[in-house]
Amino acid sequence: MNKFENLTIKKARAALDAGEFTAVELAEYYLNNIKAKDGEIKAYREVFSDVLEQARLADEKIAKGEKAPLLGIPFSTKDNILIKGRQAGASSKILENYHATYDATGIKKMKDAGAVFVGRTNMDEFAMGSSTENSAYGPTRNPHDTARVPGGSSGGSAAAVAADEVLAALGTDTGGSVRQPASLCGIVGLMPTYGAISRYGIMAMGSSLDQIGSFGRTVDDVETMFKVMYGVDRHDSTTIDFKLEDVPKGRKMKVGIPADFLKVDGIDEVVRKNFEESLEKLKSLGHEIVEIKMPNLHYALAVYYILMPAEVSSNLARFDGIKYGLHTSGDNIIQDYFLTRRDGFGPEVRRRIILGTYVLSSGYYDSYYNKANIVRQSIVKDYENAFKEVDVVLTPTAPTPAFKIGEKSDNPLEMYLADIFTVPINIAGVPAISVPSGFKEVDGKKLPLGIQFVAWKQKEGNLFRIGKDFLGEE
Amino acid sequence: MINVEEVRKLAQLARIDMGEEELAKIAKEIGDILGYVDQIKTVAGEAEREVSAHHNITRDDNQPNSPGQNTETLAAEFPKREGNLLKVKKIL
Repeated sequence: MNKFENLTIKKARAALDAGEFTAVELAEYYLNNIKAKDGEIKAYREVFSDVLEQARLADEKIAKGEKAPLLGIPFSTKDNILIKGRQAGASSKILENYHATYDATGIKKMKDAGAVFVGRTNMDEFAMGSSTENSAYGPTRNPHDTARVPGGSSGGSAAAVAADEVLAALGTDTGGSVRQPASLCGIVGLMPTYGAISRYGIMAMGSSLDQIGSFGRTVDDVETMFKVMYGVDRHDSTTIDFKLEDVPKGRKMKVGIPADFLKVDGIDEVVRKNFEESLEKLKSLGHEIVEIKMPNLHYALAVYYILMPAEVSSNLARFDGIKYGLHTSGDNIIQDYFLTRRDGFGPEVRRRIILGTYVLSSGYYDSYYNKANIVRQSIVKDYENAFKEVDVVLTPTAPTPAFKIGEKSDNPLEMYLADIFTVPINIAGVPAISVPSGFKEVDGKKLPLGIQFVAWKQKEGNLFRIGKDFLGEE
Repeated sequence: MINVEEVRKLAQLARIDMGEEELAKIAKEIGDILGYVDQIKTVAGEAEREVSAHHNITRDDNQPNSPGQNTETLAAEFPKREGNLLKVKKIL
């Protein structure tokens, strides 16, 4: 086997420090894979031209004995996270040729930790979607079956890692946009506690829901990335003084199953069966499984499709063709706005802006937006109560394995249901991790499945511990 | 549940130029979505007006950037510029 194949951060770190290979050789391996595979997969919007130069600088530092957790390790990032001086477009025409004028805090911390950035990855436009089909530049394909979607919205990042076109990657998660593609591509995806990682420099979609998430091949990979990025940031007043608890190896956990919630329609039978098998596996590892009641989770998707579009319609008001990005000229300045937004935004983005404008308009504000906020509190209470009893809550990550490209693109509501299990976590602002749990065989292709562990705020330590235990890491 | 005229008004508010075909399509799709989200109206309960854990954080008005420090970086992104000025159409 090629020594670079399916590397983890830990192995790459050890090999780079021991001089078994150089950062340049490692970067070349991924650049070659991109050249060979990405014409079909289309995970990348852009591969940076200075990757080998970044790697060479890292090699110099390693040679000097400098230590940094990510020194010389190649990462890719979603197209809605800013790296100063590089293009960032959220896979939208409205930001075509836009260059970021500053570093996102998460990026700044990754750079300080020595990361090499390989490229920016494809996504659903402005992170709105569950399949990456809403990119203005065409869909990304799932490396396990190229007729199928990689999930979304961070589908490019997930596919890049799964196709070994990069070691690990960043995404953003507003309703499942890291965990769902991780599940569909057979890798690990982490969505941290709301406020753990600064949102400064990620393009806002739903500000009360967005977080930077990480993709890797192992739980240890996403834990390492999380440790580099979390912390209070003066540029984001919602960041918290996060304390990561180190949960010792061998700790047995109480795992809660919201049984009523899992009875919802539309769950693939193989997903159900795989979930039952995962429970058996956890039991055999010594964890205790208990059924719990979380009666308000049923409403999470409805709450999400009120609050998120409301926030979208406000956040995307800034794209007006005046200050940066696309500009379509009309007869007067007000027409400039109308035409720029017509030419710049794709169908899903327009749909959500209109929906958000509706739920915030006078006469409907109380019955939708305010009511959704009330129900949001009930959902938070459900988690609060659950975590008085259990250490983690477990569900499948997605109701089905990867679906075919085009299968759901004509039916927005059906597409939204792909996020039924991931959305409640963003509504509550708690952390969750998706880990691979098996496959469903369809037409001779093995389609990955995933399960999702959820913990109380700042209890990422529980997720890392039970995730490693489940995958047999260490 | 929501008609084309309402969507036209919303599109005006949202500053997006839309053709008749799209207005009709969006009216139908948003109708479906509202039909789904309407289930929250059946949930009992009034708002406990909880005070958010988040609060505004302001910085002291000091340590300004040096003049012109970011001017070129930002101005380079202007769709239309004249020198260091952002050029827009006249308003009055």
